[in-house]
Formats: sequence, structure tokens, C-alpha cells
Amino acid sequence: METSALPIRTSLQLPREAVRRRWGLARYARRYGKLIVGSTLVLAVILMAVLAPVLSRHDPNRVSLMARLDPPAWEKGGSSKSLLGTDQLGRDLLTRVMYGARISLVVGLLSVLTSGLLGTLLGLVAGYHGGWLDNLIMRLTDIQMALPFILLALLVVALLGPSLTNVVIVFTITAWYIYARVARASGLSIRENQYVEAARALGATDLSIIWRHILPFLMSPLVVTASFEAARIITTEAALGFLGLGVPPPYASWGNMLSDGREYIQDAWWISTFPGLALLVTVLGINILGDALRDILDPRLKM
Amino acid sequence: MSWRFLLQRSIHSAVVLFGALTLVFFIVRLVPSDPVRIMAGPDASPKEIQATREALGFNRPIYVQYGIYLKNLLHGDLGRSLRQHRPTVSLVLERFPATLQLALASMLLAVCVAIPAGIFAAVKRGTIYDGLTVAASLLGQSVPTFWLGIVLIMVFAVRLRILPTSGYGGWRHMVLPMLTLALYMMALITRMNRSSMLEVLNADYLRTARAKGVKEKLVLLRHALRNALIPVVTIIGLQTGTLLGGAVITETVFAWPGIGSLAVDSITTLDYPVVQAVVILSGGIFVVINFGLDVLYTWLDPRIKYT
Repeated sequence: METSALPIRTSLQLPREAVRRRWGLARYARRYGKLIVGSTLVLAVILMAVLAPVLSRHDPNRVSLMARLDPPAWEKGGSSKSLLGTDQLGRDLLTRVMYGARISLVVGLLSVLTSGLLGTLLGLVAGYHGGWLDNLIMRLTDIQMALPFILLALLVVALLGPSLTNVVIVFTITAWYIYARVARASGLSIRENQYVEAARALGATDLSIIWRHILPFLMSPLVVTASFEAARIITTEAALGFLGLGVPPPYASWGNMLSDGREYIQDAWWISTFPGLALLVTVLGINILGDALRDILDPRLKM
Repeated sequence: MSWRFLLQRSIHSAVVLFGALTLVFFIVRLVPSDPVRIMAGPDASPKEIQATREALGFNRPIYVQYGIYLKNLLHGDLGRSLRQHRPTVSLVLERFPATLQLALASMLLAVCVAIPAGIFAAVKRGTIYDGLTVAASLLGQSVPTFWLGIVLIMVFAVRLRILPTSGYGGWRHMVLPMLTLALYMMALITRMNRSSMLEVLNADYLRTARAKGVKEKLVLLRHALRNALIPVVTIIGLQTGTLLGGAVITETVFAWPGIGSLAVDSITTLDYPVVQAVVILSGGIFVVINFGLDVLYTWLDPRIKYT
């Protein structure tokens, strides 16, 4: 929260209603618009994923050869039984899209957590400790940056075999360095401050210094980084699925669905379109939310 | 620009490249399951597996393998493809021009649209043009490329029938893949350019230039843009590097015969030597581009002096 040097209250310190009254709807929208839109979208996707069994009566994996390739309800030949149509095995598309959200969100969340933890740890060690360890870890990040993310991911999944765990492992290995850089930068700059020196003089251990003084400052850039990484990971997970190297069937993954639909572009356009649309909305929501978070947490980086 | 700086950066690049090569080498060999068995194929007999093992040199101790690997690299030998029985280098060189074509064309398109758009949005800050541009670039960054490709094919090739669905041929074949690739970069570069310009537009030296009576257009182009370009150039460089490494997804969707689709095909058939070659090539390109960027910075902003 900003504090004002003058004895007046700036708009961020006023309660929301006062802001609204003071500024009018347009400026209120501009200030909080991104946050509202972003979080609404993300929440909608999360709810859809969590409540999938409640929202849809169909089984996402139930094959029904009679109902193959049914078009969406508003097209000729469609029925209200399958609102978005069915795929080439007769499975209801809407249901699969909803269940697919589970995979994307779970993989995204887990991967961000694991890669974030690993990266932050290594980055902190590098920044705080300095010296050869810092050099080593930074060289490691440089090297990983040079290798194309998706090729590495594909290679590792191909070697380990497609499974949910392996996909998360792959993302951990290929995405940690982004957090490491952020953590290191923060660690380096905070370390020089006098209160760290003071704490040391008072006998605080390294660990407690990191925990109490450095980590709080790290939170904002890390959260911002994590939000953008989440979007990237979810997209890449779908890409892996699209290439057949993601989470394997019978899991309903958006990437798999997109790939399945490729064969039926001519006859059944809906199989590829709707999972992709869902992916778009999810990533968009996360990006908008990430933007909003960054505006709040670190306005210097305003884009 | 000091020679010392160039030397420093060269050493750094060499170290990174070397590290990348090593990493690629070890990734395959440190996998828990037996990579040779996977590469020989699911229905290979023990004899065939053994033959593959010997052919790939996996039966030697690991440091010997590493030594051979490095020695071969120095000679320009990146192994032979397991499936096609040709040197990987010739395979990769064959497919590279297609990737180069696509990468350069897409980047050119993206830059031509994005830089003016970014400048325009920055100058007209707060107006509806600005808002629309930001919204559009946010959208563009969120669209999954493989989906966009499929949708474009559906609309233009299947429904409207004015463009081919996939493959490599005349300029028509390039339109859709180029659009698909360019969109994401357009969005990214526009945002970066806009924010960078916004930062620069408030600077004092611009006020001086205006006070001097310099025409606004000149102020923008010569003074503002040049400084705003630094982060933008970074992004452009890095993205081009990524593209040259093979736009894996787009090439697969459009059956574009570049190194990206080569990599995917080789990965799914576990033709490891080819994958290794592609990764090494991409890594090398990336390192070279980074080096070029570092040199470019000193030209763009003479205040940056690496001592």
C-alpha cells in the first residue's frame, strides 16, 4: 500500500466505495478492471474443473459408437443431449472439456509449485552465498536457457514415458531457472541492506535472516513470475498432449482432444475448436490476473 | 567497444555452449530406464538391442562415451540417424532452410506490425486505441499456437478454400504458418514496445529536444525510439532464436518440413542422434544470438560499458 508523505489520504488508502464515488465508474473500472476480469475467468475455470461431475451427467470416458461425431446442439443434427457435440468415439465434448480443465490446472499448479520451490531455493543460495556457488548456479541457468524449452520437455517425456508425474517432473527441471534468477536478484539487493548487517551482528543465523528479511521481499516478484509461468506451463502441457507426449489417455486433456480433432477438421470442426477455446480462456484469465497482480505488487514493472 | 569485452563475452558463450552440449549428452544417459532398449524399438530382439547398443557406443564406460562425443563434435560429426541411416548433420542442414524461411518471414511480419502499434499506443496513451491495443496484445499472447493454426486451416483452407492446408510449396503455403507464428510475437513485441516507449517518453532529454523546436516525428523516431528499443531488441532477438530452433508446434500442425517437425518426428521415433543434433543446433544459435545482442546493446546505448 502506498503511504503519502502529506497528511492526505491517497486513493489507494480510501475504502473502495469512496474511490468509486470520487472517481466515477470509468476510473474504478480501469483501476480494478483487470483484477476483476482476471480472477473471474480463473475462478470460473477452477469451478468448472472442480464441479465437473456435478455440472455434467455424462462420463467423460464413456465410448458410444452410435453417438459418434454428433455436432453441437445448435447445428443441424445436434441434440441437447450433447451441448457441444461428441468426439470420434462418441464421448460428450462438453464433459471432456470440463474434465480437461482438471488436468491443465493440476499440472499447472503442481509444476509451478515444484519448479518455484526448487528455483527459489537455488536462487537464494546463489544470491546470498555468492562466490563460486553463485557462479555455478548462474552458469547452469544460462545453459538451460540456451536449450529450447519445448524440445527438452519433449525429450525427457519421451524418455521417461508419458504420465502425469513425468510431465510435472519435466516442467520442474525445465522451468526452475526463471525463479532462480528472480530470487537471486532480490537476494542480492536485500543482502546489502544495513538491517541485514545489524541482524548478523546481533547473532542471527543465515537461515533466519533469509526467512525474516529476504523472503518477504521476494514474495511479490515471485508471485508475478509464477502467474506468467503458470500460463506458459498450461499452454505447453497442452502442446505436449497435442504432440502425443503429454498426459496419456484415458485422462481427458485439452491437448489430446485438439490432436484428435485434427483428423476431423473437415467433418467435425467442434472437436478441436472447443478445447482450444477453453485453453484460450484459461490462459487469458491467468495472464490478465498476472498483469493485475503485477500492477498491485510492483508497479515499476508496469506494462 | 573494447576487445576485452568481446573476449569476455566469447568465453562466456563458449562455456554456455559447452555446458549445453554436456547437458544434452547426459540427459539421455541418466534416465532410469535403459535408453537403448527404448531406441531399439518395442519389438527388438535382444540381439538387435545389443547391436544398437554397440552402434551407438552405449556399451563403453560413460567417460569414454563423453570423450568420443566431444571428439566427434570437433570434427563436425553429430552422429547418424538411427532410422534413416544418414549423418544427422546432412538431415538437419537439409531441413534448416525451411525453418529459416518461416522464422524470418514471421518475425518480419510481427516486427512491422508490432513496433508501429507499440509506438502508436504509447503516444496515444489512455485513449481507446491504447486500450484496444493492450487488450489485443493480451489476447494474442494467450492464444495457443496449435489451436490458432488449426482454426486458420479450418477457416481458410477448408471452408473458404483459398489457401492450402499444409505442406511446403509456393508462397501460398507460407501464409497460414506465418500468420500463426507471427501473432504471438506481435502481441509480445507490441506490449514490450509500448511499455518501453512509455518509460522513455517522460524523459527530460525529450523535453529538451521539443524545446529546441525539433519536429515531433523526429523526436519520436530518433530520440525516443532508439532508447526504447533496447528491451524490444532483446525480445526480438530471443524470439528469433527460439524460432530458429524450430517452431515445433507450428511446423507440426502445417507439416512444414523444418527442423522443428524433424525434432518431433525424431523424438516420437526415439531417433536420439537426430534430436541431439537439433538441440545442439538450437543451443548454438541461441548462444550466437545472445552474443550478438550483447554487442548490439553497446551500440544502442553508449552508456552501457562493460568494463
